[in-house]
Amino acid sequence: MSGAAEDRAITGAKAIAQTAASWLERSDRPDWNEADQRAFDAWLEESPAHRLAYWRVKGAWGHTDRLAALRPRMGGGLTPPPRRTGVLFRVAAGGIAAVVIGAVASGMFLSGSRDKVYSTGLGVRETITLPDGSQIELNTDTAVRVAEGGLHRHVTLLRGEAYFQIRHNAAHPFIVLAGNQRVVDLGTKFLVREDAGRVEVTLVEGRARIEPVEAAVPSRSATLAPGDVAVASARSLKVTSKPVASLSDELGWRRGVLVFRRTTLAEAAAQFNRYNAHKLVIEDGAAGLQIGGIFQANNPELFARVAQDVLGLKITHRSGETAISH
Amino acid sequence: METKGTDLRGPGAAMMSSAVEEWFLREIFPLEGLLMHYLHLNWRNRSEIEDLRQEVYVRVYEAANKEFPAQPKAFLLRTAHNLLINRVKREQIVPIDAVADLDELGAAIEAPGPERSAIARDMLRRLQAALDRLPPRCREVVVLRRIEGLSRPEIAQRMGISQDTVSEHLANGMCVLAELLYGEAELGRRS
Repeated sequence: MSGAAEDRAITGAKAIAQTAASWLERSDRPDWNEADQRAFDAWLEESPAHRLAYWRVKGAWGHTDRLAALRPRMGGGLTPPPRRTGVLFRVAAGGIAAVVIGAVASGMFLSGSRDKVYSTGLGVRETITLPDGSQIELNTDTAVRVAEGGLHRHVTLLRGEAYFQIRHNAAHPFIVLAGNQRVVDLGTKFLVREDAGRVEVTLVEGRARIEPVEAAVPSRSATLAPGDVAVASARSLKVTSKPVASLSDELGWRRGVLVFRRTTLAEAAAQFNRYNAHKLVIEDGAAGLQIGGIFQANNPELFARVAQDVLGLKITHRSGETAISH
Repeated sequence: METKGTDLRGPGAAMMSSAVEEWFLREIFPLEGLLMHYLHLNWRNRSEIEDLRQEVYVRVYEAANKEFPAQPKAFLLRTAHNLLINRVKREQIVPIDAVADLDELGAAIEAPGPERSAIARDMLRRLQAALDRLPPRCREVVVLRRIEGLSRPEIAQRMGISQDTVSEHLANGMCVLAELLYGEAELGRRS
């Protein structure tokens, strides 16, 4: 209750609140740097009113995490839903436990002469940079074998999901093998996911060709443009396309989030279970209920609580799993 | 598609997420609706309400830095009460009986509150209502950023505006949402 405080900061609350919001906004930009941080710290130190205004706006904004859960209900359509063609769209997005790189991360060992295998454990994400500057981001529970040197640039996706950003070199095409498919880069960024022989390729930028490894069958190969999603199994290839802007859903795992749009609880739980040892189990009739939003992939508990709040469901904690039921 | 990991945690989050901050988030800011109600009831000059609120927070902050008040709600309102009394005495701008009897309000707010899950649902409802009240362009930016998870460049491209304008809308949205979420929590639940 100091009188000094009263003299110091009795005016300008509105301006301070606006400044606090500006700092919060700036700190979220990718180009936030040390100089910004120093200036921000200095501002915070100037007055308790500054600090409190910042805490307050940050606290309120933090609550908007929950807004994501409202998405399927916002029917009124603040933004048009992404156009989807065909029924093959699925959220290939995963998530990751942020920051875990290093510790449990990549088991890297030699297999064969100049091949290296990189792998990630559950909930871990890692980026590999190849000698030519190309980058491969491994999602949870993923393994790739990289053949280095020589004339060819070959990567085999042994399991899981990876995002490729390739330095194009027309003389030495970059080739990704997954399942029985081959993806030949024509200068590009793309996502490849392998799941029990089923290969899904999402092209983000540039061009790439997908074809069976065994002899090129024209009817089963395709050249992909941005937004194209190819799903290949042993006997079929289907290509659909969607707006490039909506691809960020699929790439949510690169930011550590899972993105759901009218996703059933069963599918959402399956996605979370890709990333976490602690499993989500959806019981009885709840599996078909739909939910939307953006969630931290490494926080199934928060998802369970949101499902509880939004859908009025019950949560039961057991050893190693959380059950969600009516 | 080059969205970086820009989860909104604020700079130096670890350093600043002090116990006092957590205490404010948990105990004090959720009472802001009540505080505003009290200030509006007892202070005629509406243009000063936000400044008074800020001053109350600073006083509570200074007290909390020494020791957390055992009863946050009562402490917050008593702080507001004392502040108004001091202002009245110092500036002689309103008759002293304009400041309501704290006990009356205190009794009303000591009624049992809603349980946690109800609070969570209430927050969702308030969030949606708050969102609906943002200016249209500002709301669109907030929705694209916070619900659709788009980056600033993606939002700028989709809406045909500059990234600076996106940032302005976001900062404005943050400011207004804080006001709507904390400041306008109605007291209706207890009636």
